[in-house]
Amino acid sequence: MEYFLQQLINGLTLGAIYGLIAIGYTMVYGIIGMVNFAHGDVYMIGAFQAMIVLLITSALGMTWVPLQLLLMLVISVILTAAYGWTVERVAYRPLRGSTRLAPLISAIGMSIVLENYVQLLQGPRPKPIEPVIRGGFALTSQASGFVVQLGYLQIVIVLLTIVLMTGFAYMIAKTPLGRAQRACEQDRKMASLLGVNVDLTISQTFIMGAALAAVAGMMVTLYWGVNDFFMGFVAGIKAFTAAVLGGIGSLPGAMLGGVLIGLIEAFWSAYFSAEYKDVAAFSILVLVLIFRPTGLLGRPEVEKV
Amino acid sequence: MTDATLNRTAQTGSAAKSPSIIGVALKEAALTAVIVFLMSLLMVGFQTQAVQGQYLGYVTRYSDVFWAVIIIPAGRFVMALDRQGKTMPAVIVGALAFIYFFIGGALGVLELPIYKSIPLPYEQPMVNVIFGLGALYILGTALKSNLSAGQRRQTLEQREAAEAKSAKIARNISSILGPILVIGAVVLPMTPWGDRQLVDSLILVLTYVMLGWGLNIVVGLAGLLDLGYVAFYAVGAYTYGKLSTELGFSFWESLPLAGIMAASFGICLGFPVLRLRGDYLAIVTLGFGEMIRIVLINWQVFTGGPNGIGQITKITFFGYPFERSAPEGTTTFAQLFGLPFSSAHRVYFLYYVILVLALITNFVTMRLRRLPIGRAWEALREDETACRALGINPTNTKLTAFAMGAMFAGFAGSFFATRQGFISPESFTFIESAVILAIVVLGGMGSQVGVALAAILLIGLPEALRQLELYRMLAFGGSMVLIMLWRPKGLLAHRAPTILLNKHKKTKAAGAA
Repeated sequence: MEYFLQQLINGLTLGAIYGLIAIGYTMVYGIIGMVNFAHGDVYMIGAFQAMIVLLITSALGMTWVPLQLLLMLVISVILTAAYGWTVERVAYRPLRGSTRLAPLISAIGMSIVLENYVQLLQGPRPKPIEPVIRGGFALTSQASGFVVQLGYLQIVIVLLTIVLMTGFAYMIAKTPLGRAQRACEQDRKMASLLGVNVDLTISQTFIMGAALAAVAGMMVTLYWGVNDFFMGFVAGIKAFTAAVLGGIGSLPGAMLGGVLIGLIEAFWSAYFSAEYKDVAAFSILVLVLIFRPTGLLGRPEVEKV
Repeated sequence: MTDATLNRTAQTGSAAKSPSIIGVALKEAALTAVIVFLMSLLMVGFQTQAVQGQYLGYVTRYSDVFWAVIIIPAGRFVMALDRQGKTMPAVIVGALAFIYFFIGGALGVLELPIYKSIPLPYEQPMVNVIFGLGALYILGTALKSNLSAGQRRQTLEQREAAEAKSAKIARNISSILGPILVIGAVVLPMTPWGDRQLVDSLILVLTYVMLGWGLNIVVGLAGLLDLGYVAFYAVGAYTYGKLSTELGFSFWESLPLAGIMAASFGICLGFPVLRLRGDYLAIVTLGFGEMIRIVLINWQVFTGGPNGIGQITKITFFGYPFERSAPEGTTTFAQLFGLPFSSAHRVYFLYYVILVLALITNFVTMRLRRLPIGRAWEALREDETACRALGINPTNTKLTAFAMGAMFAGFAGSFFATRQGFISPESFTFIESAVILAIVVLGGMGSQVGVALAAILLIGLPEALRQLELYRMLAFGGSMVLIMLWRPKGLLAHRAPTILLNKHKKTKAAGAA
C-alpha cells in the first residue's frame, strides 16, 4: 500500500509535466489541425533557459530560493514564448492553406533544426545541476516498513500545474482571447469574416503553448536535474500520446491524458519493468485509439462530404 | 503570407507615402530586433559548460548576441522595403552582405589563414556562411519581386493555371529525368568519376531511394501517413541478422524471407489500426516504430540488446565470396573471373545489387498502379467514403498497401544488414522514419522521380558536406523546412491519377508515370 502511494505521487508529478506539454500540442492541433512536432524541442529550450537562469542567479550570489524560482519561471517563459512565436512565423504560417503533410514535414525539419541549434550552442553533453529544492514530508512512519516521501518539489509542481490549468481554463472560457481561439478552432474562415484576426490568434496560441512548455521544462530541470539537447524528443512524443489519449483538441483531455501517461509509466516501472514503460504507454494509446478513436474526452469527428 | 497581410501591404504600397514605407519597415525591424534579442539572450549569450570538471558554469558570448540583434533586423528592414515596392536597397544590401559573409566565411571553412585578417562578426566561419546564405535569400526574393513587379495579386484562375502549368512541367521533367537518372546510375561506376568513396555514398543514397519508393506506396499512393516505417526496415535487417548468424543463411536465401517477415509484421501491426484516419494513424505507427526499437534494445537474449548483432555474413556473388582467399573447396569472386583481388569489388557489387533492388521496387510500383488494387489505393487516397460506397473494402486495400510497403522496407533492411555486417537499434530511430517520410513528401507524393531527387538532395548533399560535421544535421533540417516553404507540394508535384476514364486524357497521364 505504501509503495502504491509512493508510485501514485511520482506518477502524478510526472503526469503534471506531461500534461503541460500536451496542452501545447492539443491547442495547436485544435486550431490549425497540425501536429507541431517541434513542440517537444521548444520544451527542451525552455528547460535549457530555465537552467541558465538558475546558473546565473547562483553565480550572482542569489540564495533566496523563491526569488530564484520566480526569475526562472518568468524569464524562461518569456524567452521560450519568443521561440514558439518564431517557429510558427517562420515554418508554419507560410504553409497555411497548403496540403496537410507540408506543415508536418516543415515541423519535423524545425525540430531537427532546434535540436542541432542547441547542440551547437550549448554542447552535446548532458548538463547536470545541483538540486535546488531538497527534502519533503514523510507521509508514513518508519514503523510501517516503507517510508512514503512527498517532496516539496513535487508539491510545487502539482500545485503550479493546477494553478496554471485553472487560469488557463478561465482564459479560454471567459476572455476575448479565449473566445477568438474557440472561434478559430470551429471555423477559421468564418471567424476571419467576423473580424477575428486569425493570424494573431494562432500566434497567440503558439505563444501560450510555448509558455506552458517552458514551465514544464523548468519543472523538469528542477525535478531531474539533467538537461540535454535530445530530451525534447521523447518527452514530446509522450506528451503527444497524452494529447491523443485524452482526445486531441480538448484541454481537459490533454491534462487527463498527461496524468494517465504519467501514472502508467510510474506504475509500470514500479511493478513490471522500467525498460518497457514506453511500450506500456504506447500500447495503452493503441488500445484507446482502437476502441475509442477520438480519445477519452474528444468529440467525435463528423465527416462532411 | 495570407491574403489579409498581402492586402494590407498592397494598400500601404499604393498610398505611396515614403515616410509610411520606411515607418512600416522600421516597425518590422524593431519587432525582429526584440524577438532576436529574446531568443539569443540566454541561448547564445551564455554557454553552459562544466567548470573544473565538476560544477556546471558558463562563459558569456555577449558580442554574438549583439551582432545577431544588429544584422538580422537589418535584413528584415530591407526585406520589408522590398515587399512594399522599394527593391533596390534589398538588392544592394543582399548582394554586399552575401559577398562579405559568404566569401569571408567560406575562406574560414577552407581553413585559409587570410580568414583571421577579415573583420567578421563571428568567430566560427560556418555561422558567417549561414548569414551569407540568409543574404542570398534576401537577394533572391528582391530580384524575383523585381521581375514580377505589379503582379503580386493573382486571381484564382491565374493561380490554378500556374499550378496546372507547373504540374505539366513536373510531368515533363519526370519523363525526361527518369531515364537519364537510371542510365547515369548504371554507367557511373564505370566512369573515371566513380571512385570507391562516391560509390559508397551512392549505395546509401540508393538505399534511401528504395525506402522512399517503398514508403511512397503507403503514403503517396494509398495516402496513409506512416511515421513508423523504419520498424519494417529493422525487421528486415534483424531477420537477416538472425538467419545469418544462427542458421548460416546467405544473403540471397534470406532476402525473400526478410521481405515476407516484414510484410507479415506490416499486416499484424496494420490490421488493428488501419481503420484510424490521418493523424491518428500517424501517431499509432510512430508508437509501433518506437515499440519495436525498445523491444530490440531490451530483448537482450534474442536481439543482442543495445550491442546489436555483429559478424553478419557479407554479401557473396551468388555463392562466390568477395574474399582474398577462399576456404578450401570454394572459389572467390576474383578467382572466378581471373581478376586480381580488390576490396572494391564488393562495393561495386553492392552498388549494383541495391540499384537493381530499387529499380524492382520502382517497377513493381509502376505496374501495381495500373492494376485494380493500385487504382483502389489512389481512389482511397482521394476519398474514402466514396470508395466504401463503390464497394471497395478499405481495410483490405490499406492492408495490401501497408504490407507491400513493409516488404520493400524488409528487402532494404536485409541489404543494410549485409552491407554493414553489424546492426544495432541505433540505426532504427524515429529520425530515420522522419527522413524517409521527408524524402517522399519533398519529392512530391506519388512521383517516383521526385523521390529519387529528394533522396539525392537530402542524403547525398549532407554526405558530400561531411567535413561540416556539426552543421550537417542543421543543414538537413533547414533544407527540409526551406524546400517545404519553396514548394509545399514537393519538388515534382503532380497528383494526377494514373488512369483516367477519359481517353484523350489517358495518353497525357501516361507520361506522368
